[in-house]
Amino acid sequence: MSDFETIIVGGGLAGLTTAYILAKEGVETLLIERGNFAGAKNVSGGRIYSHSLEKVIPGFAGEAPLERRITREKISLLTADSAVTADYFSPGPGAPGRDSYSVLRVGFDQWLAGKAEEAGAQIVTGIKVDDLLLRDGNVRGVAAGDEMTADVTVLADGVNALLAKKLGLRAKLSPAQVAVGVKEVIELPAAVIEDRFQCGGEEGTAWLFAGQPSGGKVGGAFLYTNKESLSLGVVCTLEGLAAGVTTLPQMLEDFKGHPAVAPLLAGGKTVEYSAHLVPEGGVDMVPRLFTGGALVVGDAAGFCLNLGYTVRGMDLAVGSGDCAARAILQARRAGDYGAGTLGASYQNALNDSFIMKDMKLYRKFPHFMEKTPRIFSGYPEMASDLMARLFVVDGEPSRPLYKKVASSLKGVGALNLMLDGMKGVRSL
Amino acid sequence: MSVNVEEKLGIDKFRVDENNAHIFIKNDPDLAEFYKLHLACPAGLYKFDDKYGCRFDYAGCLECGTCRVLGGETVLEKWEFPHGGMGVEFRYG
Repeated sequence: MSDFETIIVGGGLAGLTTAYILAKEGVETLLIERGNFAGAKNVSGGRIYSHSLEKVIPGFAGEAPLERRITREKISLLTADSAVTADYFSPGPGAPGRDSYSVLRVGFDQWLAGKAEEAGAQIVTGIKVDDLLLRDGNVRGVAAGDEMTADVTVLADGVNALLAKKLGLRAKLSPAQVAVGVKEVIELPAAVIEDRFQCGGEEGTAWLFAGQPSGGKVGGAFLYTNKESLSLGVVCTLEGLAAGVTTLPQMLEDFKGHPAVAPLLAGGKTVEYSAHLVPEGGVDMVPRLFTGGALVVGDAAGFCLNLGYTVRGMDLAVGSGDCAARAILQARRAGDYGAGTLGASYQNALNDSFIMKDMKLYRKFPHFMEKTPRIFSGYPEMASDLMARLFVVDGEPSRPLYKKVASSLKGVGALNLMLDGMKGVRSL
Repeated sequence: MSVNVEEKLGIDKFRVDENNAHIFIKNDPDLAEFYKLHLACPAGLYKFDDKYGCRFDYAGCLECGTCRVLGGETVLEKWEFPHGGMGVEFRYG
């Protein structure tokens, strides 16, 4: 007889989703979080795609503490002092499950923890799980000061995945597969945000930047508008950082000081400074996802998609929690928590879901970014140079447009541009 | 503008566990490897000091794991999460 049917390690979106679904189905569920509340240790860039949580909690956007519905998407290529920006505005889709929202995780995760508790899950906080209990090669619970046994243990302990590593499910992370993000939350009045970012009361902007922010290394910057703050940060692969000369905190400071960015932040007050690792290696860094009596979910499983124009992690975390809960329910009905039943159900659920389908579809993209440094250093300069040739009028005799374009392409080379374009498009 | 990381960390809420350093570095770490952590640590905790050489303090750690991935075998002796309830406590996230 186990102390609990399921023990979940970690109170992030993957763990909380699993807990919510299981508790609702009457499974005795304990979630253990090392922070003093669910969300205390959790950081994200700041945008959640709502589809997977909408499936679990229909209409959640009506009650959850979301910040702004994203209606404006911007992407900028930055040189040291210029910006070339694509700007897409659309009031839609405005349909549940198709929208995305800016979000601050401390409030959001506490809300989801409340839903799980309401459904009957037990959540204990301020306790760290040090180890897993093993019996006959199967996971049988956790050691967290005391020992607690469970039929199934869900490893939702985040990107560092110390527990999955202990089980030998996950290989060592390589510095090329992992990026580190550093972020500031900067307070500004709602009216100022709506003026500066041209958005209505409940609407907001998601903005990604490449080039200057990461000093030409694989990485970039992000800016999300919250209700009364901005989430602003820089992300760079560890490999890129280690090969550079600028510290990550300095990169963030330089980005904040960029002449196209600084006016957006003027008068703002930084109220938090945070950091988080991002598993960016794609499907190739996904570990073995189960063993007898245990499943790995969320960031711990490496579920994250960075496609350059959009970054996804939270919807995958929720989706993997959903898959794990369904696999556990299936194993419970069969009365068999061995790797054969539990693990196979989980793997099948993932394979049938958007998670593995998308992760596999974009398998080549992380590699493409890594092997195409021109995206981060080369193309921003090229774009800026081209714009200058188009828009600067100084009384010198003008040249035909095609010649202006051709001159701008010289730096990178037209052939490289074409090949990179083709490779990039194919990897997406 | 040169960044002042201490000032930024000063805004955050920490419960520093004075009795338990959750990260230990080796006695004489390789300088080139230490420099990588100096560049990548978001909290700027890996410092160079004219007098003492390499210097590290776990207070102010944002618990991201960057140093574990980048220097787990070269610079670090130990990397764990702080004890339950200790360390950084985000208010926004």
